[in-house]
Amino acid sequence: MKRNTFKSVATIIALSAIMMLGACKKKAAPPPPPPPPPPPSPTASISVSPDTIQPGQSATLTWQTTNATDVSIDGIGAVQPNGSQQVSPTASATYHLAAKGSGGTQEATTRLTVTQAPAPVVSTPSPSEEDLFGQSVRDVYFDYDKSDLRPDQQAAIQADAQFLSQHANINFTVEGHCDSRGSTEYNLALGDQRASSVKSALVAAGVSANRVKTISYGKEKPFCMEENEACWQQNRRGHFVYQK
Amino acid sequence: MAQSTTNNSHFLLSVTTPALVRCLPSLLLIIILSLASASFAQDWVRTGSGLGVEKVRLAVPDFKPSSADPQNTALLKTFNDTFWNDLDNSGVVELVSKSFYPLQVPGTPPEVTFGVWNSPPPNAAMLAFGNLGVAAGKLTVQGWLYDVKNTASPLVIGKQYGDVPTEDAARLIAHKFADEIIFRLGGGIAGIAESKIYFVSDRSGHKEIWVMDYDGSNQRQLTHQSSISLSPRVSPDGSRLAFSSLTKSGWDILMFSTELDRLVSFPHFGGTNLSPSWSPDGAHLAFSSSRGGRSEIFVSDATGGNLHPMTTGRGPDVSPAWNRKTGAQIAFVSGNTGLPQIYTMEADGTNQQRMTDQGYAVSPNWSPNGQFLTLAWIRKYGPGEPGSSDIYLMDIASKQWVQLTHDGGRNDFPSWAPDGRHIVFQSSRSGKEEIWMMLADGTKLHQLTFTGRNSQPNWSWK
Repeated sequence: MKRNTFKSVATIIALSAIMMLGACKKKAAPPPPPPPPPPPSPTASISVSPDTIQPGQSATLTWQTTNATDVSIDGIGAVQPNGSQQVSPTASATYHLAAKGSGGTQEATTRLTVTQAPAPVVSTPSPSEEDLFGQSVRDVYFDYDKSDLRPDQQAAIQADAQFLSQHANINFTVEGHCDSRGSTEYNLALGDQRASSVKSALVAAGVSANRVKTISYGKEKPFCMEENEACWQQNRRGHFVYQK
Repeated sequence: MAQSTTNNSHFLLSVTTPALVRCLPSLLLIIILSLASASFAQDWVRTGSGLGVEKVRLAVPDFKPSSADPQNTALLKTFNDTFWNDLDNSGVVELVSKSFYPLQVPGTPPEVTFGVWNSPPPNAAMLAFGNLGVAAGKLTVQGWLYDVKNTASPLVIGKQYGDVPTEDAARLIAHKFADEIIFRLGGGIAGIAESKIYFVSDRSGHKEIWVMDYDGSNQRQLTHQSSISLSPRVSPDGSRLAFSSLTKSGWDILMFSTELDRLVSFPHFGGTNLSPSWSPDGAHLAFSSSRGGRSEIFVSDATGGNLHPMTTGRGPDVSPAWNRKTGAQIAFVSGNTGLPQIYTMEADGTNQQRMTDQGYAVSPNWSPNGQFLTLAWIRKYGPGEPGSSDIYLMDIASKQWVQLTHDGGRNDFPSWAPDGRHIVFQSSRSGKEEIWMMLADGTKLHQLTFTGRNSQPNWSWK
């Protein structure tokens, strides 16, 4: 059936082409169409005033873009092409503006420094176990479609195991995550195996199994939303969460 | 069988474009026309009986008002649109364009003039006509199907329907009468106009299970878990809906009663439990569970009792799909050899057969006649191979396949309609994940959902 279709199509083309050749001989060659102008590149700028505040104070973010259809600021979300907004972070923050248009993407950043007020008290409280957990335990990253631990992740998992052995009263969850490619159901099963791999390695290194919960998020809760390898790698991970 | 039309188009372009730059506009027209004819000549796998015969030319003039009630106008519009759409989507008739109809169309049998319908320009073989009216608070629809070539005894179907005068009732009556006609003209296979499609939507802010009529109307939220709910699979009798949901203890299979409109109890197994599938007798469920470590296919009773594993392998096994005709086999996805592939096995776990030979193959779904699988497949996979995920159809016995979607986007989760003639699936071709349906030959493609992101459609069994 394919072959017949193909033959008949080819015959039509051949006949038509012959007829066209005859019919078209006397026509003057039309001038080549001018190339369409490239879409203008977006521009973007962002500033903050004042650029240094103390905790509790606020500053004004101001941004301008042109030729952009999709403007967003990390931590704030989608915003108007031009605008300003009050912010009052409790710690120093970098505001990253991305302006996407048909002509490309333009980015701009500005930084707001939050100075700590002069300490009125002499003693600083010792960091909580949750803080230590957040600072010390490193996530484990995986290759595409794989759930076995990569050699370059062994150092991270050994350091994690060492910290967790030293803080034996911490219970925690290992979340298995996958990148956005592939299918929902298979990715949930794959994420489950990633979380299990991390748990098995920790147990093998001496961490008690009953302190570790595992959960798969598949591709349901990505860390990074872009479609490129750097972002996909961010999403293929075993992520540690402190359990209160 | 598996040759795609893109090969033809490459060939056409490379032969013609260098030779005839001067005639470019005319040539482009010819190329486009040729491509159009080539794409219509795609290979077909016939999945119903009577599909090989030429389609009946059916004329469907708008139904006429039978009373003077002011509600008639709106109800007639709903009825006529729904009725036309059902017949047009059925794949079993060729609707005669309304521009060929005479000015005077019939609303009752005495008004039928055979000569203007059975000869050109309409040249119809069949005529569906009737009337609708509200009287004394009641909606009445009369409909007829006439064989207009057989003037001596033209009556094929004559029906009268009564209901409350609402848009929903007008839509339902249109579905019922369309199904009568499709059953009669489509080789005795019941129409799908009264079937439902279950799916996942995030439009409430969470992924929940929703349901809609087969044509995308009446979209309605069923679950309110406020977490992540996925993989809805309705039972063969339509009374229960199994799905997987993230609960406090992890991914569990949950059971929703469509009759009680609430969750009913189902056991908590531990581990990650995903992708339920019903046996055709409604007595068993197959699903994926990692309760023993790795994700394997398990089978339980419909109530969750008598749980036992079916597979033991290295990679994750998910997405079981029961043979809907025989109940004797289960297809599933396994990562045993690396990238996921489709396998089949007997329902007791023996005789595992690998069906796909390469790429990334997921989401098997069995045809109602038990002969075919539809699946999502990225055949070319790896560095430098962008590889689109498309819907394919595979003959179980020969493992021969044909590609049904070609139009870009990620296409996944095909689910067969009970008539075996339609497939619903999710696609990102519009820019975000939405539900689309098509005939099982890849034609008559159209979008059913437009709000939020919608995925994992599951067509009811009847």
